[in-house]
Amino acid sequence: MSTQTTSVMAGGKPERTVPPTSVRGAAMRGVVARPGHEAIEAKGWFGAHKWLLLRRASQFGILALFLVGPWLGWWIVKGNLASSLTLGVLPLTDPFLIAQQVAAGQWPYREALLGGGIVLAFYLLLGGRLFCSWVCPVNLVTDAAAWLRRRLGLKGGKAPAASTRYWLLGFVLVIAAATGSLAWEWVNPVSMFHRGLIFGFGLAWGIVGGIFFYDLLIAPRGWCGHLCPQGAFYALLGRASVLKVSAARRSACNDCMDCFAVCPEPQVIRPALKAAGQDHPLILDADCTTCGRCVDVCGKDVFRITTRFNRSES
Amino acid sequence: MSKQTENTERKGATVPSSRRRFLKESAGVAGGAGLLALGAGMYAKQASALPATAIRPPGALPEPEFLAACVRCGLCVRDCPYDTLKLAELGDGVATGTPYFEARRIPCEMCEDIPCVVACPTGALDRALTDIEQARMGLAVLIDQENCLNFLGLRCDVCYRVCPVIDKAITLERMHNPRSDRHAMLLPTVHSDHCTGCGKCEQACVLPGESAIKVLPIKLAQGSKADHYLRGWEQKEAAGQSLIGDQIELPVRGLEDKAFGDTRVRPGEAPTRTPEYAPTAPGGLDSGWKP
Repeated sequence: MSTQTTSVMAGGKPERTVPPTSVRGAAMRGVVARPGHEAIEAKGWFGAHKWLLLRRASQFGILALFLVGPWLGWWIVKGNLASSLTLGVLPLTDPFLIAQQVAAGQWPYREALLGGGIVLAFYLLLGGRLFCSWVCPVNLVTDAAAWLRRRLGLKGGKAPAASTRYWLLGFVLVIAAATGSLAWEWVNPVSMFHRGLIFGFGLAWGIVGGIFFYDLLIAPRGWCGHLCPQGAFYALLGRASVLKVSAARRSACNDCMDCFAVCPEPQVIRPALKAAGQDHPLILDADCTTCGRCVDVCGKDVFRITTRFNRSES
Repeated sequence: MSKQTENTERKGATVPSSRRRFLKESAGVAGGAGLLALGAGMYAKQASALPATAIRPPGALPEPEFLAACVRCGLCVRDCPYDTLKLAELGDGVATGTPYFEARRIPCEMCEDIPCVVACPTGALDRALTDIEQARMGLAVLIDQENCLNFLGLRCDVCYRVCPVIDKAITLERMHNPRSDRHAMLLPTVHSDHCTGCGKCEQACVLPGESAIKVLPIKLAQGSKADHYLRGWEQKEAAGQSLIGDQIELPVRGLEDKAFGDTRVRPGEAPTRTPEYAPTAPGGLDSGWKP
């Protein structure tokens, strides 16, 4: 892996001329099949999986908080991600659901508004799509599909345009208003998966399986990166948020492409890493989920998670 | 697209303008997304019919508003102390993730503090409901008179006994038993102005499989009231007298006389009231007593 990379770097020209910064080019060279080897050599396994482990801990930890109630009778958190009550005092409500409810013509009680406000403020401040990568359980499914896709060497596929999710978000609200019901919640895999884990699945496994196979076989990163209107909603929230990934040591980049290979939204990296259309090394694109995988897999320590005010380069 | 490329493309007349291409692509994407949302909306509409055995929690808004207000969080389910409520799973036939209960399985125990209503953060369960006896989750209907033991002339009465609003929501109405011609039937009779639809009667019904009395959505259980039809006896009672003067009551030809149930007392006639249900002869099945 590292030898291949260095051979490319040292001028051993690849057979076909593909731009060195394209994912496809890297995939054709077989470089990205197992991204992160270089990083593991440089930083050790734990160093190269730090953010991934933290993220999994967050995802499973939040799930565990919801599950110890029904499983063990320790009621720390009641409800599910749609709306919950923590320790009997802290209400948290998904603002995406409040938006749908209001569009459908129903005004929620104060608890839901307060809970929605808290969640809204959190993601507005810290980073909208933190929800996608640190909380949402569907991320586990789509990450698994992406991992398997890399391991099986499945390339190509047909994903809808990445802007589909924003259109879908708009239509979800339109359809809520038109039908006077939370129409999207009948099919929303995000809430259905989380609710299923806590309250029982029924046939919802089919929808979760559908997403897995869609991402694996049809559209790479298709659900989270192209379709999910809930992710789009949080991306809109995160346009001005504080936590951002910065390619602070981009001068050290050796074009190994590992970050592009693992990134769920690879298009956000280039402007920061290659200074395409911007000077500073911050990834300001709201589609970035701040998952930190790029930080992990980079053997040259190019990336770090910092604030949007830190435009320094080292 | 940066401004630069846009400008160069605009200069070259052969290249389609990037704006046009953008619009074209957007139309495709928007169309796809719109179709997906339309599909979800139509599915939601067509699947929003609630099965008759699925009962919403107390205080639930009318079904269309309920489906707009419930975010499917399950807090009502968690605060139900009797595990009555559950969230619909995909395939249950109830809107996915919304709370309901099946009376035959676990009925509503009608908690006085109504914790499920208190727990609801979105108003899908209306907090205006503070007295559980005012809840109208459904309406019990004695739907199978062929298998109901009381209708067979037995004294089962279980639905009546378990009713939390006993003697108001369910009463036992005495009827002559025409089969034996010598016994009474005590027929459980539901009154809609008191029945909360808790489903205790449905759960308790002793029939082995399906129960003879079932809680149904009020829409299924009740006809619409004919508001244009004034009930003469109610008008009379309200006014204290007949509004149209005393009516001549004509006998029905062929069915005249007291033998056919004419209970009117003619002028000058002494009221001969026979006690209807008090047996005058010694009891026992073979006493030979006839009403």
